[in-house]
Amino acid sequence: MPRRGGGTGTGRIRRLVKHVMLILVGTVMIYPLLWMVASAFKPDALIFRDPSLLPTDIDLSHFPNGWSALAHPFSVYLLNSAIVVLGALIGNLVSCSMTAYAFARLRWRGRKVSFAIMLLTLMVPIYVILVPQYVAFSQIGWVNTFLPLIVPKFLATDAFFVFLMVQFFRGLPRELDEAAKIDGAGYWRIFFRILLPISVPALATTAIFTFVWTWNDFFAQLIYLTKPEMQTAPVALRNFVDATAGASWGSLFAMSIVTLIPVFIVFLVGQKYLVKGIATTGLK
Amino acid sequence: MTKTGRRMSAAARQEERAAWMLMAPWFLGVVAVTLGPLLASLYLSFTDYNLLSAPEWVGLENYAEMLRDTRLHKALAVTATYTFVSVPLMLAVALALAMLLNRGIKGLAFYRSVYYLPSLLGGSVAVGVLWRQVFGIEGLVNQFLGLFGIEGPGWIANPDTALISLILLHVWTFGSSMVIFLAGLRQIPEHLYEAAALDGASKREQFRHVTVPMLTPIIFFNMVLGIINSFQTFTQAFVVSGGTGGPSDSTLLYSLYLYSEAFGRLHMGYASAMAWLLVVIVGVLTAINFYFSKRWVFYSDGN
Repeated sequence: MPRRGGGTGTGRIRRLVKHVMLILVGTVMIYPLLWMVASAFKPDALIFRDPSLLPTDIDLSHFPNGWSALAHPFSVYLLNSAIVVLGALIGNLVSCSMTAYAFARLRWRGRKVSFAIMLLTLMVPIYVILVPQYVAFSQIGWVNTFLPLIVPKFLATDAFFVFLMVQFFRGLPRELDEAAKIDGAGYWRIFFRILLPISVPALATTAIFTFVWTWNDFFAQLIYLTKPEMQTAPVALRNFVDATAGASWGSLFAMSIVTLIPVFIVFLVGQKYLVKGIATTGLK
Repeated sequence: MTKTGRRMSAAARQEERAAWMLMAPWFLGVVAVTLGPLLASLYLSFTDYNLLSAPEWVGLENYAEMLRDTRLHKALAVTATYTFVSVPLMLAVALALAMLLNRGIKGLAFYRSVYYLPSLLGGSVAVGVLWRQVFGIEGLVNQFLGLFGIEGPGWIANPDTALISLILLHVWTFGSSMVIFLAGLRQIPEHLYEAAALDGASKREQFRHVTVPMLTPIIFFNMVLGIINSFQTFTQAFVVSGGTGGPSDSTLLYSLYLYSEAFGRLHMGYASAMAWLLVVIVGVLTAINFYFSKRWVFYSDGN
């Protein structure tokens, strides 16, 4: 089918109108973020008087001030977040891929029932298991450690990613496994040497979403990490709101930006996988 | 015959053993982290429990209390308003922009990235902090309105408008739904449009009779997910309202009330009962969605 509207006047105008609309919507959406960045470089007195993005008067003190505004330097909270994210990342990659391989490729008794249960756990609101989980973890002394945030990830409890990888493995040709089996390879060998190396897209999508969700996660970190030295960046940032009580929006914005930068970098690097991942499974 | 049969079963046994080893973490997770706590929470919902002393069986008292608890009713109303306004609004915006972006537009990747970015950031505390300022009395929104001589309210501080800021925050994260719609639009076979065009259908008629019916499974999917997620929203309401759900409980989302009951007042039994009500609500809403989906969701394979 030939593309229409190549050179005609109305086609060009229509396209122009479209682009103007798209740019307008995009600007409205991104403006608050840019305004936050600009505000972090403005003197406090100017933040709410000057909505423009280019500061007339640059103030670089917000970053060092914000960094040391709480009980510990902000690096402590960022490091805590990084530990939790790294643990969750490794846990999800290992456990979800193992589970997905068994679901997608092996025949065993109870597979269908287990798969149905796995799908069902996707629907369970997190709050219904959080209270007993909290009770259990506090009884074994795991409150104010990173364990409640990391250990469950090693048990394939993020059913989303199991599902994502099952879908991916099912799309791979079975001949790969069969050929390896004829060559005498066992199941673990097939899994590690054949399937995982060609599953980089699914693993990358899992890694990226685990990173973003765990980095942004607030509820679990809020209830489990109450000691200042154990707190993660989101929890610290939230305490910062109370601590400053509006005294210095500049420092608050500066630290907000610091917590957003890792997600932004992952977004830039991993866009390709993000878009594919959402389109195939409907992840957030 | 018997020989191959035995060999087969040996291979099958080996396969079975490998599977159970691979599945071991998941089984442990289901028992210890998911289903176990699920049952425990059902039990706790019939008890009075404050973490410090042993749970005390109270039968249906927590559920009876929920019927009387006006604050809970307020939380349900706030959550329902939040969900049923923000989800359709978000899906409409997502669909409209997906339509605009679909027809081989220049700069698609760029627009898609710009629109998608807020979905990644929207759940963070940092954006909650930003939202407090954007909708504050001197915030960006009022500065903008000021350009036209309109004096806006203190959106966050006013019970009538506080929820609006949360709804707009949810709509702001339409990007992920938009990406799903874009993928869906690409699946619609071109020949359907050609056939419609041959029959003299206008662009608008093509949209109504080809695009929308073919997209209904995806709209449905997005809606179910959107409703389930938005009933569980916590971070944004917590940060924007300073942890209180205020002013006057106007942003008291269900999860926020549950949090304050469980971890603020240590009413673990009552919070468990609330969590089970949430399970029922989400279950019923999903069932209703599926029931009505037969009337409007169109599956091209005839099911």
